[in-house]
Amino acid sequence: MSDARVSKSPMAPPSSFLWSRRIFLTLLTGFVLIPVYVMVSSSLKPLADVTGKFRWLPSGLTIRPYIDIWSTVPLAKYFMNSLIVAVSATVCSVVVAVFAAYAVSRYNFRGKRVFTVTVLSTQMFPGILFLLPLFLLYVNIGNATGIALFGSRGGLILTYLTFSLPFSIWMLIGYFDSVPRDLDEAALVDGCGPLGALFRIVVPAAIPGIVAVAVYAFMTAWGEVLFASVMTNDTTRTLAVGLQGYSTLNDVYWNQIMAASLVVSVPVVAGFLLLQRYLVAGLTAGAVK
Amino acid sequence: MTTTTLKEPVRGSSTGAAAPEQRRRPGRIRRIGLPYLLLLPALLLELLVHLVPMVIGIVMSFKELTQFYIRDWGTAPWTGFGNYSVSVDFDAPVGKALLHSFFVTVGFTLLSVGLCWLIGTTAAIYMQDTFRGRGLLRALFLVPYALPVYAAVITWVFMFQHDNGLVNHVLHDQLHLTDKRSFWLIGDNSFWALLITHVWKGWPFAFLIVMAGLQNIPKELYEAAALDGAGMLQQIRRITLPSLRPVNQVLVLVLFLWTFNDFNTPYVLFGKAAPEAADLISVHIYQASFVTWNFGTGSAMSVLLLLFLLVVTGVYLVFTSRGRRTGDV
Repeated sequence: MSDARVSKSPMAPPSSFLWSRRIFLTLLTGFVLIPVYVMVSSSLKPLADVTGKFRWLPSGLTIRPYIDIWSTVPLAKYFMNSLIVAVSATVCSVVVAVFAAYAVSRYNFRGKRVFTVTVLSTQMFPGILFLLPLFLLYVNIGNATGIALFGSRGGLILTYLTFSLPFSIWMLIGYFDSVPRDLDEAALVDGCGPLGALFRIVVPAAIPGIVAVAVYAFMTAWGEVLFASVMTNDTTRTLAVGLQGYSTLNDVYWNQIMAASLVVSVPVVAGFLLLQRYLVAGLTAGAVK
Repeated sequence: MTTTTLKEPVRGSSTGAAAPEQRRRPGRIRRIGLPYLLLLPALLLELLVHLVPMVIGIVMSFKELTQFYIRDWGTAPWTGFGNYSVSVDFDAPVGKALLHSFFVTVGFTLLSVGLCWLIGTTAAIYMQDTFRGRGLLRALFLVPYALPVYAAVITWVFMFQHDNGLVNHVLHDQLHLTDKRSFWLIGDNSFWALLITHVWKGWPFAFLIVMAGLQNIPKELYEAAALDGAGMLQQIRRITLPSLRPVNQVLVLVLFLWTFNDFNTPYVLFGKAAPEAADLISVHIYQASFVTWNFGTGSAMSVLLLLFLLVVTGVYLVFTSRGRRTGDV
C-alpha cells in the first residue's frame, strides 16, 4: 500500500514518444468509439435508415425506438428479472466473500491453503463443464425436494454469486491484509467479538475494496449469457437472453436493438465509470500486489 | 496467484497467558472453530455450484446419457470410456469436428490474448504520465469492458451485417477495397469477426490490470534511472516491464483461461450454430450436448477440455515461476 504513484518522470519525454503516443491513442480511441457511435446513432434512426445501406449520419432523428422497445418484447419484465437476479447475487456474494476473506486474512488454520487454491482454481473450469451437471442437479433437486432451482431466479442467483466469489474473496483478502491488525486487536480488547471487530473496524476501513468487489459481482451477473440461456424460462428470462428476441422476429429492428442495448448498458456502464476508481485502487492494493 | 503468506500469530500472548484456565478453553475452541464457520457459506456454495457438478460431470462422461435418461440420470447405462473414444476418434466425424474446433480455439486464443495484452499494456504505459484528457480517455477505454457482453456483441453483429452493416459500407462502398460485399458472420471471415469483437471487448481488462500494476512501481526507480541517463525506451524495458512481470504472469493466465473457455461472444455473435471457421470449443460442446441431447459425449469433451487446461496451466506456472526466480536474482 505504498502511496508512491507514478507520475511525471523527471525528464520530459522525447517528442518521438509524444508523437507515437498521440497516434496510438487516437487510433485506439477510434477503435473503441466506432461501435459506441453506431450504437448511439442507430438507436435514434428511423427504421429505413437501419434496413438499407449503412448511413454514418441519420436522415432524421427520432426517439421512436426508445418507445417501441418496451412493446416489441417484454423488455420491462426482462429488465426486472435481471435487476432482481443481479442485485441479489451481488449482495449475497459480497457478504459471503467478506466472511471468507476475513477468516483467511486474520486467522491461521488448517486447510487455509487448500481452500484458497481450490476457490481460485474454480475460475479455470470451463463453464460448459458444469453447465450440464448443474442443469441436471437443479432438475433433480427440484424433483426430490420441490425447491424449484431450475428455471427460477433463485437458481440463477445461486449460480451467479459463485461466479464472482473467487475473485471477490481474493481481492478482499488483499484489502483486509492492508487494514492494520492493531485496529481490530484494539477492538477485541475493548470487548468487541471477532464479528464486532469485522463489522465495526475492518469492513469500514475496506469500503473501497468492497465497492470494487460489488461492482465486479454485479457486472458478472448482469452480463452472463450461457447459464441464462439454459436456466431461465419465459417468466424468469433475463436481458441476456431476452434481447435476442428482437432479431428472431421477421423484420430485424436494428434501431430498437441498439436502443435496447443502450438502455440495458447504461446502468452498468454508468455505475462502473463512477466506481472504477475503487476498482483500480482495489486491484492495486489487493490483486496485483 | 497465491495470497497465502504466513501470518504472524495475531493474538494469544496478549489475551491468553494471563487468563484463567476455564475462561481460555471455550475461547480457544471458538477461536479454532470461527474461521471454519466464516468459510462455511463460501465453501457450501462452491461445493454446490462448482465441485459437486464437476464430480457429476466426470461420472456422466462415463455414461450413455441421452435424452431418455435426463429425468433420472443415474439410471443411464455405463459405457466405460466409450464417450472418450468417440470424442478422440479423429477419423470419425465427431472426433474430427472436435479436433478442428480445438485448433480453431487455440489459434483464436493465442491471437486474442496476444492482442489484448499488447494493446492493453501499450495503452497503460502511454497513459502512465499525466496529460490533458487522460481521465476522460481512461473512462472511455473502459467502456467496452463495462458493457454487458450481449449489448457489445450485438452491436458488432449489426456492424458486420452483409447489406446494412458499417464494415461492408466502409470497405466496399467507401474505400472500394472489396469487389463485392463480404459475409462476415458466416464462412471463413467469421474467424476475424470473432477475433475483432473479442479483442474490442477484452483489451480494456488488460489495460485495467496493467494500469493498477504500474501504480505499484515506486517513482524513485524512474528518477534513479533518469539520473543515470536512461531514456524513455530503456526505462520501459529495464524498469516497467520487469516490474510488471508478476502482474503479467497472472494476467496472461487469466486472459488465456477466459478466452479459451469463452462462450458468450461466439454465442451472441453467431447464435446457436457457429460457422466452422469460428467454432470455439465451448460452443461446440454446447451444441454436442444441448442440440443433440447427448450429455455423455458432451461431458467427456468437457472433461478432456478441463484436463487440457489443467496441464497447460500447470506447465505455464512452473515455467513462468522458474523464469521469474532466476530473473530476480
